[in-house]
Amino acid sequence: MPRNRSARVAAFGPAQGRPPTSASLHSRAATAFRRRLVLAVLLVVSLALVSVYFRESSGGSLHGVQSGAASVLRPFEVAAERIARPFRDAFGWVSGVSSARSKNKRLQREVDKARQEKIQNDELKRENAQLQRLLAYRRSARFPTDYSGIGVDIIAQPPSQFQQRVVLNAGSNDGIQLHDPVVTADGLVGQVTKVARNICQVTLLTDQTSAASARDSRTGAAGIVLHDPTTSSLILDQVPKEDVVNEGDVIVTAGWRSGKLASIYPRGIQIGRVRSVSQLDTDQYKNVQIESFVDFGSLESVLVLIPKTRNG
Amino acid sequence: MALDWTKLGVVVFLAAILQASVFSDVSIVGGTPDILLVVVVSVSLLRGSIVGASVGFLGGLLFDTATLGTMGFTSLLLSLVGYWVGRYGETTGRDRSHAPFLAVAVVTFLYALGALVLHFMLGDPAPARHVLVATLFQDIALNLLVTIPIYGLARRALRPTDRAERIQGVRLLG
Repeated sequence: MPRNRSARVAAFGPAQGRPPTSASLHSRAATAFRRRLVLAVLLVVSLALVSVYFRESSGGSLHGVQSGAASVLRPFEVAAERIARPFRDAFGWVSGVSSARSKNKRLQREVDKARQEKIQNDELKRENAQLQRLLAYRRSARFPTDYSGIGVDIIAQPPSQFQQRVVLNAGSNDGIQLHDPVVTADGLVGQVTKVARNICQVTLLTDQTSAASARDSRTGAAGIVLHDPTTSSLILDQVPKEDVVNEGDVIVTAGWRSGKLASIYPRGIQIGRVRSVSQLDTDQYKNVQIESFVDFGSLESVLVLIPKTRNG
Repeated sequence: MALDWTKLGVVVFLAAILQASVFSDVSIVGGTPDILLVVVVSVSLLRGSIVGASVGFLGGLLFDTATLGTMGFTSLLLSLVGYWVGRYGETTGRDRSHAPFLAVAVVTFLYALGALVLHFMLGDPAPARHVLVATLFQDIALNLLVTIPIYGLARRALRPTDRAERIQGVRLLG
């Protein structure tokens, strides 16, 4: 006889054993019959209960019996519940602490993520506003007509306060060349002083080596804008004493041209507003301090001006 | 014999009451242990199909009464569980250490499936995805976990005292 009978055969097939005698056969058949009869009766009773319970109304007899029996069981249920309550409370506490801890971790992660996203959004918003301003400036009448502008991000800030130079994310491959002027919507920033293929260096107007010929936009008084290291601000130098410069006047680039020679910066780019004007009898020129329109400490994107003649 | 039935009655009664009042409300990682099912499986393995089916019926009836559920619903399912596991115990599963665990795992799945079908037939809400996907594996794991103590206790409580009390459905081969 095979030993490896399956559960299905065992459950629903006939019982197997040693070669049966007629008495054992009879006994086994009776047991199998009793077994199946019990199952059938239980199933029929269950189905009948389900059917009757399902069909009758809530005031039906089976519902009544159930309600009465439930009342009998109720004290046992209450007792079981009371006995189990301390364990359930303990389990609930442990589970609650564990759940709160994991929830706390999850919420902390979400807060961190949201904070990160907010920072990124603020950053993008600011960048967008700056680019919008650059775009508006590029489309405005103030933008020099014989130049085209390339919007470029600054990828490296000034290494020290003595070297006011930044690195831009564009180079000769983008058409940038040495001495190209660099501006923002606020005004003059500086000029390109080194060019590589994909990056370039810009020396800011606040660098001690920088200078730009400029004039008072209202009176026409001309001079040279420099960075004064003693006052850490821009000054309009070499303005004769007889020229008129008033506080609040706007200083712009002069943009001169002499034959084939021309200034680096185009004409009319804003530099700053005159903060103070003074002159001493002993000095040869006026002492004009300028407040720059450009915030050199928070530069992120700039426009590199490329002469259209070069493109053509 | 009468003492044995009394012991069985007490065991099933306790299991039904505990399941209705305590364990139905316990949720561990989304699953709920069913000690009534595990008790029916244990008793059926130890006592055979007739006792298994009867105990399943009684336990189901008590559970339906205690929870005011549809009378006969759990009885029907647990009677089938008791009978099937009892036959498994009488034949291939006897004296095999893995039998209770195998039976509990299979029966938990079949019980969930059967309950789902019955609920569907009765027009009750039957969220198959929830029952068969979201909680089934947790239920099986928890039932397997409670099988260890429950089957051990059932073996101690229902140890056969008389050889004549032993199941006579099938003889061991070899």
